[in-house]
Amino acid sequence: MAAPVPTPTMTPTAFVPAGAAAKIDVRQMHFYYGPRRVLDNVTLQIRPHEVTALIGPSGCGKSTFLRSINRMNDIVPGARVEGSICIDGQDIYAPSVDPVDLRRRVGMVFQKSNPFPKSIFENVAYGLRINRLARSREELGGRVESSLKSAALWDEVKDRLHTSALALSGGQQQRLCIARALAVEPDILLMDEPASALDPIATQRIEELVYQLKARYTIVIVTHNMQQAARVSDVTAFFWLGKLIECDRTNKIFTAPSQKLTEDYVTGRFG
Amino acid sequence: MTERSRDLTFRIGTGAVALVVVLIVFAIGVELTRQSLPSIQKFGFSFWRTEIWDPVAGEFGALPFIWGTLYSSVLALLISTPIALGIAVFISELCPAVLRQPLVFLTELLAAIPSIVYGLWGIFVLVPAVRAIETSMPDSLRQLPLFTGPPLGLGMLSAALILSVMVIPFTSSVSREVLRSVPIAQREGAYALGATRFEAIRAALYYARTGIIGAIMLGFGRALGETMAVTMVIGNNPRISTSLFAPQYTMAAVIANEFTEAADQLYLAALVETGLVLFVITLMVNSLSRLLIWSMTRSLAPLQEAAAAPAGGAAA
Repeated sequence: MAAPVPTPTMTPTAFVPAGAAAKIDVRQMHFYYGPRRVLDNVTLQIRPHEVTALIGPSGCGKSTFLRSINRMNDIVPGARVEGSICIDGQDIYAPSVDPVDLRRRVGMVFQKSNPFPKSIFENVAYGLRINRLARSREELGGRVESSLKSAALWDEVKDRLHTSALALSGGQQQRLCIARALAVEPDILLMDEPASALDPIATQRIEELVYQLKARYTIVIVTHNMQQAARVSDVTAFFWLGKLIECDRTNKIFTAPSQKLTEDYVTGRFG
Repeated sequence: MTERSRDLTFRIGTGAVALVVVLIVFAIGVELTRQSLPSIQKFGFSFWRTEIWDPVAGEFGALPFIWGTLYSSVLALLISTPIALGIAVFISELCPAVLRQPLVFLTELLAAIPSIVYGLWGIFVLVPAVRAIETSMPDSLRQLPLFTGPPLGLGMLSAALILSVMVIPFTSSVSREVLRSVPIAQREGAYALGATRFEAIRAALYYARTGIIGAIMLGFGRALGETMAVTMVIGNNPRISTSLFAPQYTMAAVIANEFTEAADQLYLAALVETGLVLFVITLMVNSLSRLLIWSMTRSLAPLQEAAAAPAGGAAA
């Protein structure tokens, strides 16, 4: 495998756990599907306005980890979490937390783009409507427009906002799903292999977008593609068989990881 | 035999079988038309518009039966659709896993009950119950055109109720299958935007809407052709009325009741023509629902040709 290309924007500072400054603070977290333990004692801090990439072979638990941050696993029967996950200091699994409110604050983009079978406009407006976030038609229109602009899709769709979202290309659909997630103004954006089904050019556009969005959002991205992790992320966490093996600045993970397992994985010896 | 010729034989064979279905439908249409020629020649299009059905005088018009069939089926649809959708949503989205299979089995059992058994239940249980409801209705409501006439029990309301019970298993099991086929990604997409369970189910229903319309139309088709149970409770009176209490008549019921008594050729031909009308209406309902589903999918499925031209031009 080719040597990983460090992005010029990475700061070569040593990794310091975020501690109290963490946006997402995960401590001693275990995750079970029924009797099966999928994540084992994961402790990880994610800092605001950074892109954290989760890498690891299939079935290592990285998607499960991502989906516990917005409690998307709640809808899976038999799923259970132990330990704590705090966002801004608030334990999101506390009984007082409503997962519906949580998911509005923690947006998510899926592996396969999943626009609703509605118009482009209605797709972006959906979250605004169900959360009653727009008080007037003008405000709704304005927020749809600004979301589409944030997702770098506006120029391509502004003349056909009311045509079907399903007529868009795969890459456009994925950016529409990003726009839809941004419309409800989350602080955190979770992305589950958002470019795995896209061609290289569409992938590049998504990566550029991730890079732009991190100024405003905290982004956690699961990826199969190590070059992608190296290109877009500030911090990389390597999962293996349900354990967090190592988490560090991305350039450190790809150039001088402290664990042998990480080195073997990022150099393509397995996985 | 070479691979190629085997492939060809297979294609011709399956094609022939598919063609048989089309031919059967066509042959039924031709035969019905042929058998009803005396009536068609005598009454022409007025057969569809005349209210008189008088075998003694030799005057035949199918309008009361067309009305009865459509009215009872539409009423049955109005009653059964919300219930069937509720069952489908409960089973596919809300019900605990242990209850799911028993509930599916029970709703499908409804479809396995023979029509004549429904009819008996209708006469002995439903009709007295409906009569009790009708007699206890306050006089002020009885003034409405919907509730005029003597409270017999036998009549449109009983027929509509029995039809809706018979239609529910079809609509609910097809809707359930359709809902199950909605990709999990659609629900998750809604949940991820802060949807409640109810809103996520609504999103799934919206995604499945063409299939659900198909399920409702399937139920409508069943209701149009249902004969035995309806015959036993509708009252069999060829008179057009908007009243739910009035005894009325359907096309299927008149054919079943009078076929054996039709002594002269014109009477028989008129009954066959009634069958032809039922056949045509059923075909029309099915084609309309196809058309509806097609236009709905088309308005949202890739509009590539339509959308690409202006958008592509603007981009270039």
